[in-house]
Amino acid sequence: MRYILVLIAAIWAQSAVAQTWEDERQFGDPAATQVLRILSNTDTRFFAPIIDSFLINRPDVSVTYLVTGSADLYDVFRANPVDFDIVISSAMDLQFKLANDGYALPVSGLAYPDWAQWRQSLFAFSTEPAAIAVNRAAFAGRPLPASRQELIQALRARPEVFRGRIGTYDVRQSGLGYLFATQDARASETYWRLTEVMGGLNARLYCCSGAMIDDLLSGEIAVAYNVLGSYASAREDAADLIEVILPSDFPTTMMRSAFVARDTDMPQVGAAFIRHLTDLQSDPARAATFPLPALDQSVQPAIALDPALMTYLDRLKRRKFLQEWESAIIQ
Amino acid sequence: MADHVRVSGSLRNRLTVTLIGGAAVLAVLLFFVVRSYAAQIAQQGQDSILGASVTSILDAASLRDGQIEVDFPYASFSMLGTAADDRIFYAIYQDDVLLSGYDGLPADGNDPNGESKYRTVDFQGTDVRLAASSRMMVGADFRAQLTVSVAQTQDSLSVTLNQISRNVAIFGAGFFGLVVLLAFWATSTAIGPLARLTTSITRRGPQDLRPVASPVPSEMVPLVTSLNSFMSRLDQSLGRSEDFIAEAAHRVRTPLATLRSHAEATLQRVDREENRQAMRSMIRAIDESSRAAGQLLDHAMITFRADHLDRQALDLVDLVQDLAVRLAPIADMRDVDLLVDAPVSVPVTGDAILLQNAIRNIVDNALKYAPAESAVHIGVTNGAAASVTVRDEGPGFPVDEMSGLSTRFARGSNAEGIIGSGLGLTIAKDVAVAHGGDLTLDNHSKGGACVTFSF
Repeated sequence: MRYILVLIAAIWAQSAVAQTWEDERQFGDPAATQVLRILSNTDTRFFAPIIDSFLINRPDVSVTYLVTGSADLYDVFRANPVDFDIVISSAMDLQFKLANDGYALPVSGLAYPDWAQWRQSLFAFSTEPAAIAVNRAAFAGRPLPASRQELIQALRARPEVFRGRIGTYDVRQSGLGYLFATQDARASETYWRLTEVMGGLNARLYCCSGAMIDDLLSGEIAVAYNVLGSYASAREDAADLIEVILPSDFPTTMMRSAFVARDTDMPQVGAAFIRHLTDLQSDPARAATFPLPALDQSVQPAIALDPALMTYLDRLKRRKFLQEWESAIIQ
Repeated sequence: MADHVRVSGSLRNRLTVTLIGGAAVLAVLLFFVVRSYAAQIAQQGQDSILGASVTSILDAASLRDGQIEVDFPYASFSMLGTAADDRIFYAIYQDDVLLSGYDGLPADGNDPNGESKYRTVDFQGTDVRLAASSRMMVGADFRAQLTVSVAQTQDSLSVTLNQISRNVAIFGAGFFGLVVLLAFWATSTAIGPLARLTTSITRRGPQDLRPVASPVPSEMVPLVTSLNSFMSRLDQSLGRSEDFIAEAAHRVRTPLATLRSHAEATLQRVDREENRQAMRSMIRAIDESSRAAGQLLDHAMITFRADHLDRQALDLVDLVQDLAVRLAPIADMRDVDLLVDAPVSVPVTGDAILLQNAIRNIVDNALKYAPAESAVHIGVTNGAAASVTVRDEGPGFPVDEMSGLSTRFARGSNAEGIIGSGLGLTIAKDVAVAHGGDLTLDNHSKGGACVTFSF
């Protein structure tokens, strides 16, 4: 009996610790002495070529690439900061908060634009706009909406077509979705009207861009709002079926960012990876050969890497925002 | 002389060191005062932003359905962005319960004056600057104290401070450098009159005891007054002793002349050879005394005239010819030929009486030492500097005594039996020096002394 209890306790403990990853991939020689553990919310196919090129001249290093959602990533990392060497996420606000709370290790000697790094420890390496992706079939013979306002009009004009066929982030689950939503709300009241319209049409809520695009491609949904344009464009089969629209009224642009974990036991390799990543991504010519969009150095994005990113992470602000969002989207 | 002056420090060094030391102290003081002032201002800047952030959060608080909502604006945190990317922390407390933000951040409300409190505290192992303020929320059946703290690391502040420190240090060093230059300039200006006085006194001739006439700074007046009075006493005392010698010589010369004529007369009257011999010795001794007295008078006159040289244009050849004619009888008496070798004319400027006296003394000397049946050559040349050379065919100067012979009362070791006072060459030398020239003694290669008086 006692043994069974111990066994149950052990299994229970195991399952509590065990993390289910969206994806888990090993790069390089499995017998390598140094294993760099990268915690990321970016699909593996975007990062595989970058990691491969990093490992070319490093036979003694291998990489374990672990993928999970941006909100989960934040919780997992905060719970066990010693387990990871590099943290990569598109949720700028959560990344910023981790860096602000002292979880990021400064990488010295990296000349990088001021607006694309914070405290020499958090480095932005891609510029990715939030887009409206539409299924061409749903708009056959009709003009495509170019802005949020036009999208509202299009949805109101044909509610029968769009009812239950609109997708957007579930901002309660997705860190990136929450960032996009809060920045939209900050920029314009149009966001709330659009959310109410989407709510009225029984919008579907998604955890992540990938799933949204899958459903868009299958025709399950006709419109995906605030989906990552880079994910949509990266699908070879997408071009004919869907149209990626960058809203003309105001852009919401995110920068993917990375840092070396404070408690890493291989800070040099971690720093080398960050240097490799930023070198690659800040050089448009080289970045063009990789699937991930480069860091656009010609315009500074509307969402700056500054302490204000922590505003909507405040418990009270978040509670209030989610209350409003829920009352708008769930009707 | 300078070797015997005991040196105690240097006015110049003392002044320079005092000025530079003062400047160094001032520069360091300036650095710390400006730096602490700048630090205070920079800190005030950070405090006022933190205070504004706290106020904007407090202002956003509202009561809804018995619950506190704090819908603070984006600007509350974005205003805290700094160039050095300072980390920020905040906490919102309802009474003592954390509503939101960072646990463990100190939160105590207003100080008695109702102002926001600013202080530096340690949070998560880092020094942070913290502003805190509170506000009473009152509703129906609700009463709570809402406290907001916002804290920020001080990296940007220390970057600013380092920048200010560096600039102030450069400024202080520049100030110090300028003052050092100024110190050297001021010192040399202050020491200048002293150096000028020293130069003007050092450049004076040995006989020049006039008071210092050029103006001096008031601090040096007592020194110069003492110096002037000392020199005038010295002048008087020297004058008195010269006067005394001249007076004494004059007083002695007249009775000696009388005595000599008496002796001459007596010599005519005595017949016995031994008495005559004694008389001759007596006359000889009288001659010698008389000559010495004459030369002492000459010397006194030259000392006087050398200070007030009566310069006039004259012809050196005329002067020498004239002298040769006047000395011809004496030369004849000794069977010595006086030969003058001179160009037509050698114009010089000088005091005729002194020059005559000097050259006569030289020729006199030559005649005294020239053996009978020999010649004394007087040459006048008109080279780069005019000169008169007098050469006899006598024994010449003793080589080892040559340098001392023109000092007062010095006589050669071969001068025994020859009447002389040891003043002749001294007089000649004094005159030469007074005219800016010199007197050189030499022995001619064919024997005989050779004296050159050059201008």
